[in-house]
Amino acid sequence: MINLSEVLETNKMIQDENLDVRTITMGVSLLDCADSNLEACCANIYAKLLSRAGRLVKTGEEISREFGIPIVNKRVSITPAAIVGSACCRRPEDYVEIARTLDRAARELGVNFLGGYSAVVSKGMTPSDELLIRSIPEALAVTERICSSVNVGSTKTGIDMDAVRLMGEIVKATAERTKDADSLGCAKLVVLCNAPDDNPFMAGAFHGVSEGDAVINVGVSGPGVVKYALSQIPGADFETLCETIKKTAFKITRVGQLVAQEASKRLGVPFGIIDLSLAPTPAVGDSVADILREIGLAEPGAPGTTAALALLNDQVKKGGVMASSYVGGLSGAFIPVSEDQGMIDAVEAGALTIEKLEAMTCVCSVGLDMIAIPGDTSAETIAGIIADEAAIGMVNQKTTAVRIIPVIGKGVGDSVEFGGLLGHAPIMPVNGFDCSRFVGRKGRIPAPIHSFKN
Amino acid sequence: MKKAIITVVGKDTVGILAKTCVFLAENGINILDISQTVVQGYFNMMMIVDMGGARRPFGDISEGLAKVGESLGLQAKCQKEEIFEKMHRI
Repeated sequence: MINLSEVLETNKMIQDENLDVRTITMGVSLLDCADSNLEACCANIYAKLLSRAGRLVKTGEEISREFGIPIVNKRVSITPAAIVGSACCRRPEDYVEIARTLDRAARELGVNFLGGYSAVVSKGMTPSDELLIRSIPEALAVTERICSSVNVGSTKTGIDMDAVRLMGEIVKATAERTKDADSLGCAKLVVLCNAPDDNPFMAGAFHGVSEGDAVINVGVSGPGVVKYALSQIPGADFETLCETIKKTAFKITRVGQLVAQEASKRLGVPFGIIDLSLAPTPAVGDSVADILREIGLAEPGAPGTTAALALLNDQVKKGGVMASSYVGGLSGAFIPVSEDQGMIDAVEAGALTIEKLEAMTCVCSVGLDMIAIPGDTSAETIAGIIADEAAIGMVNQKTTAVRIIPVIGKGVGDSVEFGGLLGHAPIMPVNGFDCSRFVGRKGRIPAPIHSFKN
Repeated sequence: MKKAIITVVGKDTVGILAKTCVFLAENGINILDISQTVVQGYFNMMMIVDMGGARRPFGDISEGLAKVGESLGLQAKCQKEEIFEKMHRI
């Protein structure tokens, strides 16, 4: 039988160490909403979302109350909108109409974000993919809760450099179009390589075509819990360090598994995966950077950071895998800058640069995330940054992503406030040497040799 | 049987157990096990209860209990047992 100290340990994690379930994300297929008429397509989308996800928020709140565990976000992901709208969208404005419909549905459902205003173009773009991509700046400017992602490469297909170049322009255009809000649109736009079909985390969540009609995916969190556990074993050897992270990850993930199964049962929607991620927030004590400090780095960015992060990421996976029947999504440690107070402090202390963050993305689960850069950074330079990250993902057979915000009208030395979970960020300097002749080349980078496994 | 765990945590005072038990009895909740400690004036109590015969929905019981706790200057929670079972047992 459960004893007092175990009960107190769990409640201490929740109360003092910010343990929570970061998101219950319901994936909904919109493939059956396609129509050659735009109006009919939008009506189908709205009706399907409300019928499938109508009880999501209420159910999430009930589970939260009964088990005493906060469930921070309730969200929805959809089939990449480029596919859903391909039969009826003739101009970028038509896709914007779909974005408005999605935003309306998200508001009605009470979810704070809806992901999947997306195109998967890892080998090439169809005309409708390109229309969707060109509609992104306007779509993100006129909606509130829509998240957009574009997958530009994979280990199997190589990198579509035409899409990379276009995304450099689109990121810039989105920043420009939302400049009155410190280019906030770019915080809801991510460029991916090897994007998973079942990721519950924004902004990269979409419901891939390999998925069923609807599915429940859950993202767990808990960097504060790991940090506390490590603070209890100062100076321990690597074996003890790794075991402690693994055990803690196990406990965190079990809570996610419980919530996912309950949500699945109550909503009558199959359980998909648990995403075992350490997802930080700007709240004090909810930081991945603080774990790196606890492991022994004066600041994240110091020599040894990549090794420490590799260790952390691996142990989180090892502990989490046994705790859940299905694991997927991104699963690892997130290293966003603006969403993690410890990372912001490291940048402000001069310890952390974009180049070091790039190295760190080789060993953790995401990429260059929530990084504010000078507003006058060129579209070609942004495309170069995207290409670098995509190459890391392609060669290492992992997901990588770029979510950078060129803040129009601001430069190095300024800072920007996004508010809420998105946090605030100092503007980081970008290498200013030109790469336009490289990214200006047409076509795609071939898949690496180790992708040929047939 | 629908098991739940009740925890009451805070500064020790007279009548904590009495008030909690009266609230549970009034709501048709049966106590299966109690353990408690007082360390340096700090009160920690856990009860395992059966909610099978509860006269009100779980959310209402949980809120009511929190109010009883508040009236004593303590924090009282009611949570379904599975969250602890899942986390601490394979």
